[in-house]
Amino acid sequence: MALYSEKVMDHFRNPRNVGSIENADGVGEVGNAKCGDIMKIYLKIDDDVVSDVKFETFGCGSAIASSSMATELIKGKPVSEVLTLTNKAVTEALDGLPAHKLHCSVLAEEAIQAAIEDYRSKQGRREGFDDDRRKKTRQRNSPVDCFAEGLIQWFLKHDYAVEGRRRRGRE
Amino acid sequence: MIYADNAATTKMSRKAIEAMLPYMEEVWGNPSSLYVFGQKAKDALDNARERVAACLGASAGGIYFTSGGSEADNQAILSAAKEGARKGKKHIISTAFEHHAVLHTLEKLKREGFDIELLDVHENGIVSAEQVAKAIRDDTALVTIMFANNEIGSVQPIEEIGAVCRERKVLFHTDAVQAAGHIPIDVQKQNIDMLSLSGHKFHGPKGVGVLYARKGIPLTNVIEGGAQERGKRGGTENVPAIMGMTAALEDACAHIHENTEKILKLRKRLVEGLRKIPHSVQNGDGEHFLPGTISFCFEGIEGESLLLLLDDKGICASSGSACTSGSLDPSHVLLAIGRPHEVAHGSLRLSIGENNTEEDVDQILRAVPEVVDYLRGISPLWKDKFVGKREFLLPE
Repeated sequence: MALYSEKVMDHFRNPRNVGSIENADGVGEVGNAKCGDIMKIYLKIDDDVVSDVKFETFGCGSAIASSSMATELIKGKPVSEVLTLTNKAVTEALDGLPAHKLHCSVLAEEAIQAAIEDYRSKQGRREGFDDDRRKKTRQRNSPVDCFAEGLIQWFLKHDYAVEGRRRRGRE
Repeated sequence: MIYADNAATTKMSRKAIEAMLPYMEEVWGNPSSLYVFGQKAKDALDNARERVAACLGASAGGIYFTSGGSEADNQAILSAAKEGARKGKKHIISTAFEHHAVLHTLEKLKREGFDIELLDVHENGIVSAEQVAKAIRDDTALVTIMFANNEIGSVQPIEEIGAVCRERKVLFHTDAVQAAGHIPIDVQKQNIDMLSLSGHKFHGPKGVGVLYARKGIPLTNVIEGGAQERGKRGGTENVPAIMGMTAALEDACAHIHENTEKILKLRKRLVEGLRKIPHSVQNGDGEHFLPGTISFCFEGIEGESLLLLLDDKGICASSGSACTSGSLDPSHVLLAIGRPHEVAHGSLRLSIGENNTEEDVDQILRAVPEVVDYLRGISPLWKDKFVGKREFLLPE
């Protein structure tokens, strides 16, 4: 069996929405060079709907595929819906990722949240935000020896579904 | 398909396959059996031992067949450690860029109270005999330094290191998995006490290897069992694999110079072509290297995506990026020679052999720059460097 599903390979080989948007309404960048992956998401938003989205990614095959799939999942969606996008949804849409690659889907989720936050802050609006969630992202954005990302991977590997904990936290 | 990953494994040669067949179809007896049919297999084994010994400049009595290079490394190191501990010597010298079969065995010994000293291998990936001489103490039990590095191909001054060890009466083991069959080995001349090699790196079968140990070195068993391999390695010998490996090693050693010449020609063009890629760096030493092993780092990209796209173009290669290792850190070898994490993530190893052709080189030289360009084009890291928001780490 191949390392990746057909879907992952398709999105890796023919990534959708690659590139950048000039004067984007929201830009989000997560990851760091030391850990080997950086994702950058550009959003064009009209009437609170994602009218266009582009990405640039430095990273492995699943990082590129995760960004591509994530952009597909949010294109044309209202911002309120985009905020509910999870790494699990990205992984499922890709027909799964190997355990040690799950953090790529987490990065995709975080890059999109960061882009929306950028859009909202430009607009001076903050409703619908989970500040804890962003705090985590910021920690992982600093090159602290990739330690935080290592922890996330460990949790993912040991079946502590990050998403599950987040949901429980919210309820 | 263009196979450029010969440091990972090699295609079995026809000679090796043909050397194995009789020991599966005809002489398939157990070498430990008393009857003539079994003794025929024993004779074959003895014959193989003589021939392997001849390839290494060793005596047949020092050749132990194992399941591969890793087992041989484990046994050599554990044996020396046990013997050292008996004499109160618990200091072991090695390098930071050994194979994991060596490093993980040393880590285990460290937990058992051994003092493990890993020497710096410098940016060119070479450790000097002077470094070893300086590091040796009265309680040094073993020096274990690889013959040639598996990722960057740098070849160590084994003969000089061996001489230092001999003078100071310290055991010297070398992991020669990448070197055997590719560069000349003579355990006498090169002052080697123990050596490991693996059959599948020179067109032999997988799952078989050799531990050479000079006469008089007490070996500790890694596998307990019957009296095979003079009681030092239990388990019925894998006679077909041993015969295949022996044929392959003989063949490789007999053609070492002509193969090297052929590979060097291909290497020259490959290296020249890859050097043209801006913001890249070649890893390894410019003078002492394995002819077929070529390692580069390309800034702004990640190695796994590079490999996947090369695979799409029919090229099999390897990388030391974190994503190919399944861990978060890139290759310990590239970190040991001082490459920053970011640069180490973008590594490519091409390991060519005498089976590769000029056309292979042409195709690789078309594919690699194209793929690197494409990946840089979608990389926010590269873009930031390009517009001056971040600094380039490698010169243009």
